[in-house]
Amino acid sequence: MDNTTSENEIIIETIDLKKAYGAGDALVMAVNGISIKIKKGEFVAIMGPSGSGKSTLMNILACLDQPTEGRYILDGEDVSEYSRPELAMIRSQKLGFVFQSFNLLPRVSALENVMLPMIYRRENRISLAERKHIAENALEHVGLAERMHHMPNELSGGQQQRVAIARALVNDPVLVLADEPTGNLDSKSSEEIMELLHSLHDRGRTIVMVTHEPDVAHHTERIITVRDGKLFDDHPNGKRVTWQNATGIDFSPAQEAVQP
Amino acid sequence: MNISEILKIALKSLTSNKLRSILTMLGVIIGVAAVIVMISISAGTEATIAEKINGLGSNLLFINQAFTRGGPGQGNQQGGLVYSDVAAIRDQVPGVAGVSVEQQSSVTIKYNDNTLTDITLVGTTPDYPTVRNVQIKTGRFITETDNERAEKIVILGSEIAAELFGETDPIGETIYANNVQLVVIGVLAPKGISGGTDFDSLIYTPINVVFKKFENNPFARFMGDRVRTIFVSVDQNASMDTVKEQITLLLTGRHKVTSDTLDFNITSQSDIISTQESTTESFRTLLAWVAGVSLIVGGIGIMNIMLVSVTERTREIGLRQAVGATPADIEVQFLTEALMLSLFGGLIGVLMGVGGSELFGKLSGMRTVIVPYSIVLSFTSAALIGVFFGFIPARKAAQLDPIVALRHE
Repeated sequence: MDNTTSENEIIIETIDLKKAYGAGDALVMAVNGISIKIKKGEFVAIMGPSGSGKSTLMNILACLDQPTEGRYILDGEDVSEYSRPELAMIRSQKLGFVFQSFNLLPRVSALENVMLPMIYRRENRISLAERKHIAENALEHVGLAERMHHMPNELSGGQQQRVAIARALVNDPVLVLADEPTGNLDSKSSEEIMELLHSLHDRGRTIVMVTHEPDVAHHTERIITVRDGKLFDDHPNGKRVTWQNATGIDFSPAQEAVQP
Repeated sequence: MNISEILKIALKSLTSNKLRSILTMLGVIIGVAAVIVMISISAGTEATIAEKINGLGSNLLFINQAFTRGGPGQGNQQGGLVYSDVAAIRDQVPGVAGVSVEQQSSVTIKYNDNTLTDITLVGTTPDYPTVRNVQIKTGRFITETDNERAEKIVILGSEIAAELFGETDPIGETIYANNVQLVVIGVLAPKGISGGTDFDSLIYTPINVVFKKFENNPFARFMGDRVRTIFVSVDQNASMDTVKEQITLLLTGRHKVTSDTLDFNITSQSDIISTQESTTESFRTLLAWVAGVSLIVGGIGIMNIMLVSVTERTREIGLRQAVGATPADIEVQFLTEALMLSLFGGLIGVLMGVGGSELFGKLSGMRTVIVPYSIVLSFTSAALIGVFFGFIPARKAAQLDPIVALRHE
């Protein structure tokens, strides 16, 4: 893998990002001028107390919400003024999501859950057989090869979150967004999920994770703290950046990940 | 998303809650079946009526006696139709193919030991077969001479002939009708029941025989051979309206009445047809409304369930949006589900409507005719209703904010 060219590639850049709710006297600036840059391959935690604006910031970074002011450049594309359908396509092409409450479809198997994002692809559409193959690979890599035909309610919380992670990766996103991924898990499962995210990071994935647990944040290599809608702190976590040395075959970004 | 994926997702979602899907479809099923059954009943009724009217004989005018304005007892006692009007119409009005009268009495007939009671004896004139469109099987019908001489002869309907004589040839045999001897001179071909009359169980004799021997009314003899109805068969090439006008003129003069005191009225077959048509028309309109309303109720049922479904699946919608579904994708998916419900419902409704029409026809004895356009109409309506009533829920789903939807409990 050629890492040298991508090392300084910027995946996320926000310039004076603002998000306002309400109007007049009731106007609330949930995000009030945040400028950050996140480079390819970084594993970043966003922290902050509730009401700090971290969720709003996350929603904008996840292309689920539009900023009121400022610019958001994702993977070289300015998406700050994109419409809802355009944002949906960006999410499909560039983003993978992991949620606190897993959000698996209850009536379909783990495998079909993982295949879901590929249904909505508009570019590089692939056949059903290929999709199935990719989804099976993804489930194997998260250690659920034996359970791919199970329904979500037949899986433990940790296993469900692994399915969700596999689902986040099948479209080979440039950015994985995890919103409190361990919030609904016991400590052992949390540990396993963090290990899994860590191994993804080791293989070169760019991951942005929202959390309020310092323990979880310490798994990352950079912690951004938001307070009152502003950037409060942004410091490296002193973690070793290991992905350059990975002998990645699994979930390295780019082509390798989607090709069987 | 391609079509097969959209269909697969919709099918999966509908089959995951089968009972609810079936109950939702029920409204459409009943609506579509109702349209088909009701149209088949009304088409059956129309066909029956049309047959009855045609059975009356072609190009018929009916001249009926009407009471004068003074009412019975006060008006013109000598008014009304008399037997000599028949000859006058036949001889003086151009374009008349045949004129007949029918004077009925109920008689008991006897041949050897064989007795039949309550048989309708029709006193009539030579034109009867033309006017009433009946055929003679053997022998002959009444002639003008028979009538003038009041010959005591009888022509039998096919059923009466069979009952009295079986296989034997009845021509030349003598039967008794209320103790009057009548010689059989002809038998009519079977015609069946037409216009409410069973032609095969009638017997016929010259009208003058009825006037002389069978008139029930003791006053009839003072009344100058009055008749109740004169049947006029109009020539194929003549105009009904012209003939009608000329008969009116003729009878007005003969009866010495004015257009204000007419003692008769003339109805044509087309008058009856148009009356029947307007009746069946309003019947059909009523049925269409009932069926249409039930289809709309079915559509509202679909909308109701789809709205519930959108609320229940809010998180699913949020997730689909998060992983890349556009609002249009979501809208199409829910529209497809609504459409699928209405199309499946429509299909089952068509089957049940066709089966129901047959069953209804068998059970009620009413005639039903399944009209192809009713199937097309009801199925198309079901599809349109699916789109129409699926639209609001689908729009609601598409407009959900993914952030809110993902957090929905």
